[in-house]
Amino acid sequence: MSQQNKKLTVDVLVLGGGPAGAWAAWSAASKGAKVVLADKGYVGTSGATAPGGTTLLVIPPIAELREQAVQSRLKAGGYLSENAWIHRVLDQVEVNLEQVEHWGYPFPKDEDGQSLRTHLHGPQYMQIMRKVVLKAGVKIWDQSPALELLHDEHGVGGARGINRLTGEKWEVKANAVVMATGGCAFLSKGLGCNVLTGEGLLMSAEVGADMSGMEFSRQYAPSFAEGSVTRGRMLAWATLYDAEGQPLLKGDRTFGGIPELMLKGPVYASMDLADTEEKREFLRRAHPIFFMPLERSGIDPFKEKFPLTLRYEGTMRGTGGLRLIDHDCSTTVAGLYAAGDAASREKVTGAISGGGAYNASWAMCSGSWAGEGAAQYAQSQPKQADGRNLVAAGHHGMPAGSASSAPLEVKPLVSAIQREILPLHINYFRSEPIISASLDRLNALKAYIDRQAPATVQGIVQSREAAAMLTVGRWMYTAALARKESRGLQKMVEYPELDPRQTYRLIVSGVDHIGISTESVPHAHELDVRKEGRAV
Amino acid sequence: MIEFISATKCIECNQCVTVCPTNVFERVDDGIPVIARQSDCQTCFMCELYCPVDAIYVAPSPDGLTGVTEEELTNQGLLGGYREKVGWGKGRTSVASHDFHYKLSARSIF
Repeated sequence: MSQQNKKLTVDVLVLGGGPAGAWAAWSAASKGAKVVLADKGYVGTSGATAPGGTTLLVIPPIAELREQAVQSRLKAGGYLSENAWIHRVLDQVEVNLEQVEHWGYPFPKDEDGQSLRTHLHGPQYMQIMRKVVLKAGVKIWDQSPALELLHDEHGVGGARGINRLTGEKWEVKANAVVMATGGCAFLSKGLGCNVLTGEGLLMSAEVGADMSGMEFSRQYAPSFAEGSVTRGRMLAWATLYDAEGQPLLKGDRTFGGIPELMLKGPVYASMDLADTEEKREFLRRAHPIFFMPLERSGIDPFKEKFPLTLRYEGTMRGTGGLRLIDHDCSTTVAGLYAAGDAASREKVTGAISGGGAYNASWAMCSGSWAGEGAAQYAQSQPKQADGRNLVAAGHHGMPAGSASSAPLEVKPLVSAIQREILPLHINYFRSEPIISASLDRLNALKAYIDRQAPATVQGIVQSREAAAMLTVGRWMYTAALARKESRGLQKMVEYPELDPRQTYRLIVSGVDHIGISTESVPHAHELDVRKEGRAV
Repeated sequence: MIEFISATKCIECNQCVTVCPTNVFERVDDGIPVIARQSDCQTCFMCELYCPVDAIYVAPSPDGLTGVTEEELTNQGLLGGYREKVGWGKGRTSVASHDFHYKLSARSIF
């Protein structure tokens, strides 16, 4: 491994190069900031968006329509969302999509020549984002996972990482850092999601940032069992069958019943509701990535039955992440901003899943706001970051945190974490004794993280990923046990009802010892009024 | 999971090494890249899209290989088939410009 260090001082360092990070980098550079964007993989292919595509939350600027959407989200999200934030997203997403079209994205047009800006094809979208980010003067460092943040008494001041291809270590000093590393999907092999292992959240917690909404992490996506593509909307044309070929469900686009069905035995799907060749051809052309794994397995999904599995989506399609404290997506740590799935999306989604649409629009909007906020903050600082007495904060799964000479074996540790997080019987069908016992076992795994990480490039990166997944899992279950009710994505068998007195957010902080507190939400009183109204 | 890189088609551009989000490939001096960390493959098919000569095949299952041969795939038209379907590459029309998804949303009941 090369011991040579690559060092640079800039205004803004963006970590993570999916849509949120790309928008943050572009926005910061457009404000005149010097920017480095470092991604674990490659900006253009990396993250949940790139390999697939995404439907956007776009609502025409008609006050009635928008108010209706905001109100229905408020109710569905358990009154934890904030109307003003949803309106901001709806306004901003129009601006950004127009920009994407201006950059050359070929949106289809209707008969009147109006652009239909409702969906983005992942590879194309992210290829364009890479191009414009580079053109804006951003330095992109691909294959360069960050491992730890730098900080001093004034807040965050950059990061250190490693290049996975060369082994070269890097250090960027910057007065502002945008965390856009995505959610944590625990290597569950959903399309494009294995890069989402939570290091950004761990790094941020090590410098004192809080997480919010970690209990809302019970989302699983149906996928062909022998494939990675999780695109449940296509099941709107499917009948689900049991092993004997008896039909179970038809055209259930919400696929809410699959976990329950899977408790009883294997579940199969056949897209037999697409009953004409015209429909079948339309679907094949609309969603090539859904059909490709089936085709490669020699299955005709319209005639044959194919086995389904559920892939855990972690905090990516949950709503939890770094707690934001202001409109510019700043966190509680000075200089640290968060965007996309790395940030808590509760302000716009409340307690329910962001799903594709909400999260996709959120990624571009929060990216823009965080990038601008970070640029402004960095440019208003009295001195450059290289004049600060910065120290590295990384601890868990790193040499600085090791307390034992025993070697850290990453793969068995990751399997042990997955055994607690992925199973439906623990994480989906949540109950106090089961989650509590699982949390105890996760806490017991902490000792393994303090062992000596392998000195190889892969070993260094993967040890940190394991430490992050373990920490995120502990936060999730700690928050789940603290919310003694069912609301949105959080369900506990002991508390099947929503409790209006718990209309608040749950904040977790710390890594070794996890602290928990509550934060009030602006629309909580509307829930109380509604309940009282009904009682009268 | 990544199944193979075709030795006959690969032009050693190392684009797959550059773009793989999970660092599966390794560059080799004077040779085609090797699949160094097969089990880290997340089955996202991005290497297939970015391979300019359709030299890569990713098997659909993220959990294992199929043992399929290049000859079989070529005969079935599966080598490079995904790139063609999404209209990726020079001279092709990207699926991005189609209104399928707009219509799909209009036709779904949600």
